[in-house]
Amino acid sequence: MKLVAVTSCPTGIAHTYMAAESIEQAAAAAGHSITVETQGAAGAEPVPAGVIAAADAVIFAADVEVRNRERFAGKPLVVAPVKRAINDGPALIAEAVQAAQAGRAETSPAAATAAGPASQGSPGLTTKVDQDAGFGTRLRQWLMTGVSYMIPFVAAGGILIAISFIWGGPEVASKVFGGTFHGHTYPAAVTGIEGFTVAPVLHAAGVAGLLFLIGKVAFFMLVPVLAGFIAFAMADRMGLVPGFVAGLVATATGAGFLGGLIGGLLAGAIVMALKRPKLPRAFAGIMPVVVIPLISAAVVGVIMAVAIGRPVAAATTGMTHWLHGLSGTNAALLGLLLGAMMAFDMGGPVNKVAYTFGLASLASGDTKIMAAVMAAGMTPPIACALATVVRKNLFTPAERTAGEAAWLLGLSFITEGAIPFAAGDPLRVIPSLMAGSAATGALSMTFGATSLAPHGGIWVIGLIGKPALYALALVAGIAVSAACLLVLKSLRRAARAGSRAGVTGSTRVPVGA
Amino acid sequence: MTTPIITPDLVDLRLEAASRQDATRRLAQLLAGQGRVTDLDGFLADVAAREQQMPTGIEGGIGIPHARSAHVTEPTLAFARSAAGVDYGAADGPAHLIFLIAAPAGGGAQHMAILAALARRLVRVSFREALAAAPDAQSVVDIVTKEVLGS
Repeated sequence: MKLVAVTSCPTGIAHTYMAAESIEQAAAAAGHSITVETQGAAGAEPVPAGVIAAADAVIFAADVEVRNRERFAGKPLVVAPVKRAINDGPALIAEAVQAAQAGRAETSPAAATAAGPASQGSPGLTTKVDQDAGFGTRLRQWLMTGVSYMIPFVAAGGILIAISFIWGGPEVASKVFGGTFHGHTYPAAVTGIEGFTVAPVLHAAGVAGLLFLIGKVAFFMLVPVLAGFIAFAMADRMGLVPGFVAGLVATATGAGFLGGLIGGLLAGAIVMALKRPKLPRAFAGIMPVVVIPLISAAVVGVIMAVAIGRPVAAATTGMTHWLHGLSGTNAALLGLLLGAMMAFDMGGPVNKVAYTFGLASLASGDTKIMAAVMAAGMTPPIACALATVVRKNLFTPAERTAGEAAWLLGLSFITEGAIPFAAGDPLRVIPSLMAGSAATGALSMTFGATSLAPHGGIWVIGLIGKPALYALALVAGIAVSAACLLVLKSLRRAARAGSRAGVTGSTRVPVGA
Repeated sequence: MTTPIITPDLVDLRLEAASRQDATRRLAQLLAGQGRVTDLDGFLADVAAREQQMPTGIEGGIGIPHARSAHVTEPTLAFARSAAGVDYGAADGPAHLIFLIAAPAGGGAQHMAILAALARRLVRVSFREALAAAPDAQSVVDIVTKEVLGS
């Protein structure tokens, strides 16, 4: 196998060369050829373009920015700190070989011919997919690829919304979208995020309102990005169009991230099937650009709209009726139920039914239900964040990053902060989060805590009745969810140990990003 | 080369130091004693700044404090062995072989190429073992000179 590498370090006199030597030795020992470009103080001799073109994979062992990294765009890439190259060259070489094999498998012969020789390999975006793994592992890698591209949207959008709450007061949300907040009813300044004008937003809620709206726009992309990149992980670039379409339909029909997750998998599967038949060369040229996106987007769009959108709408109506029928029953039981619903799909249809029920109760003067609903929506991100801190090694680096933002998102009642965790491992994460939120909801109702605000989390603490008990309900739910998460994830890890090599410290990232 | 990168005066085979700062200072004093460093504290500050970015210890008991500094006159290696070991921040324990690499700030590519060749040798097990076993300062100098300049 042919490899190329770039090494660099802050001073450029020691580690750069030690890393080069170490990976050269490791490559030779493993029977691969490697060309190393040392970007150090002795001056870098650039790897010839022909060598890069012929390389199967690229290694960046660098603690400072690699110069002219665009030369390596499109190659399977392994990135590691320079010290890792020195301390464990063989592992880095092994990872590069693995990356090369994964990259090669992604580019099926049909796709390569169709896309032309200029764009062979992945288009600068990478996945975490190991094609040789079993179905369960690959499914998780598909989901994790979608999640890793979604996390920046969650963090950016969520933090923008939290900043707007802190800056303009949590009522900015009501000022922008209209609604009742602390007894005051605001008219809507915008009809939605798809087509708004700036002047009314600034007039009603100022710059904080605009930031809130922009945060919401970023959130609008959560599900499409998740679905798009799940499909991308499965079917390479051709998966992007149907994946994004599926995610957008999921959002438009209110199917939430679970709808998007299903849509992304569906889109990927459809493209994988469409890529299979070998076609005449003349016809193959238009397959990736026109035919496959067209057919797959149409098929997945119709399936999503009909098979998922309609049942979701029906279920929403049904659950709403059912909840209203429960009014007046045991308060703790209602809180338990609403709490579990809030954590089920975090912004999806079930969550929306529970939240809307809270809003309706608030409008009719019942502030306890609103309080329980809000508390149950705060625990999931905080519990995830806590779990990543308590047992780091149960989470991927991407999840740990998401965990850092999740504290603020949870405290601000932005339940979406938990979606990266739920989307990557739904069967373990969702039940854990539901258990904690159910406990929080039940306790909040039992304590009789109240909220005069429909959103805002910690930032509306002044509008909460019985704040100390409210906080206790929150802490209890967070503890329950975090404990469930750690136990379920430990069990999985224990089951997998031995069957699979340990996860290494380096990651594969988009080239030239 | 006009000036060798290492001389027996720049070798300390029985270094005793309480900390990595202490160890680095003792080696830097050898450089200053040979007139290769003009301002000891200024040079140490440059080394500390580099060390702060990321500890320079690597696995296998090696510490490589280093800097490009305006206070350095010649590209130089000072070498020490420490039986007790000095913590240079490597994951697997203290460093027993310590290499202080000093490069002039405006060092030409030729100077840097020598230091680069030296750095490459540091990851070779045979080079480390030879230095660990060297009986005296002169043999350390011979090993380094042969390996770095002889190839």
